[in-house]
Amino acid sequence: MKMGRRAFLSGNEAVAEGVRLAAPHVIPIYPITPQTVVVERLAEMVEDGSLKSEFMHMESEHSALSACMGASSIGARTFTATSSQGLLYMAECLYYASGGRFPIVMMNANRALALPWNIYGDQQDSLALLDSGWIQIYVEDAQESLDMVIQSYAIAENMKVLTPVMLNLDGFILTHTYELVEIPSKEDVLGFLPSYETPYKMDLENPKNMGFSCSPADYTEFKYRQHKAVLDAKDVIKKVSDSFKDSFGRSYGGLVDAYRCDDAELIVISLGSATGTCRTVVDDLRKEGWLVGVLKIRFMRPFPEDEINEITQNAKAVAVIDRDISFGYEGTVFTNVNSALAKSKTNIMKMNFIAGLGGRDISKESIRELFSDLKEGLDGKPKERVKFLSLGVDID
Amino acid sequence: MSRPQLKKFIKPKHISDYPVIPCYEAGHLVTENSGWRTEKPIIEREKCSGCFNCYLFCPEGVIFKQEKIVAIDYAFCKGCGICARICLRKAIKMVREG
Repeated sequence: MKMGRRAFLSGNEAVAEGVRLAAPHVIPIYPITPQTVVVERLAEMVEDGSLKSEFMHMESEHSALSACMGASSIGARTFTATSSQGLLYMAECLYYASGGRFPIVMMNANRALALPWNIYGDQQDSLALLDSGWIQIYVEDAQESLDMVIQSYAIAENMKVLTPVMLNLDGFILTHTYELVEIPSKEDVLGFLPSYETPYKMDLENPKNMGFSCSPADYTEFKYRQHKAVLDAKDVIKKVSDSFKDSFGRSYGGLVDAYRCDDAELIVISLGSATGTCRTVVDDLRKEGWLVGVLKIRFMRPFPEDEINEITQNAKAVAVIDRDISFGYEGTVFTNVNSALAKSKTNIMKMNFIAGLGGRDISKESIRELFSDLKEGLDGKPKERVKFLSLGVDID
Repeated sequence: MSRPQLKKFIKPKHISDYPVIPCYEAGHLVTENSGWRTEKPIIEREKCSGCFNCYLFCPEGVIFKQEKIVAIDYAFCKGCGICARICLRKAIKMVREG
């Protein structure tokens, strides 16, 4: 392994460095806060010649993802990035891209949705599109952002998968925080990530009819194959994670990352950047004698139901932090975790905490409060199933 | 100006008989579109000069050259009538079918 170089980068810049190494042929893109820095850095890289991509300034997010599909249909590797309202504006194309099995990689800066208008972080945007057929990754820091750009291509372009990947970074908290990041060498990345080859492309020698329509007699079978491909991605994700570790020495645990869960009675389940705060609180509480742990879900699709069941099998209670709310029910991560836990034999207590909406901090104090609620719930004190953490006012 | 051949559709028996993605070899036609028609274009030979303007305009690509004269592939003609409208010599008439 060649030595990479180290740089002080924000999450956005780390993504751009990952893209430079993966070297997509085409980058159709449209800027939106807090993703704009990705667009700027990629434009600079193309300008200075260090990234030999066709850089397309699109007129909208809908067009950006459509152009990705067009480029992908002739066998090109593509990248785009968006956030929040932009992701929703692409919604139609998200389903089109996953149904067409175009292995596009897209970064999404998780940001709140209007109204009220808000440019700060939460995960309402990507979780609203959980059913769009994309593989969804949630990362925690700048290094993981860079590394997962490279892994995303290896997953998406695998012939068993052929499914687009959405790489989610918490807006501002991750996109704009600077950290020391190791940038791998181009040679090492080339060795890990071969160029994209596909038989499913437009080709003058071998003409294809791409993106055809389908009657009720056959549509379900295509959707079954699409579903199976995302399920099959679980194995591919683990293999890609292992081979990434062999090549670069870093590992994030595949579908999930468990911290101090082995003997934990109380486990908090989290996505993205809030996980670091949870680890700190877990360390503090452990010193005070609490048996607590944190389980980071790295992939929301495919959903790691077996891993969640295995890691929580000895726990008495789990708390799920949702930076989103499905209005009138509960958080979407909670719904998914609940469905997984319902398949295990354990009668585990489960509580949902809605937190960090529209950029509100998920503080150490609020994570402590969540663990206290779990403990009190286990002791028989009646608790709400869904609780909004850190509400600034009384609601009683 | 070769015409597509209608291929026999074999109903898949196993999921692996389906294409992996919605993508398949071009021109693999398994159904005809003639049933869509309510009117059929008829070429009046004495008026037709063989300019093939209709060939350029036909959105379905069903007009072709057969022994130097204009011909229509009725198996795939949807009866839209564009050929009749654009014909400079009014050599194509739309005739009610069915």
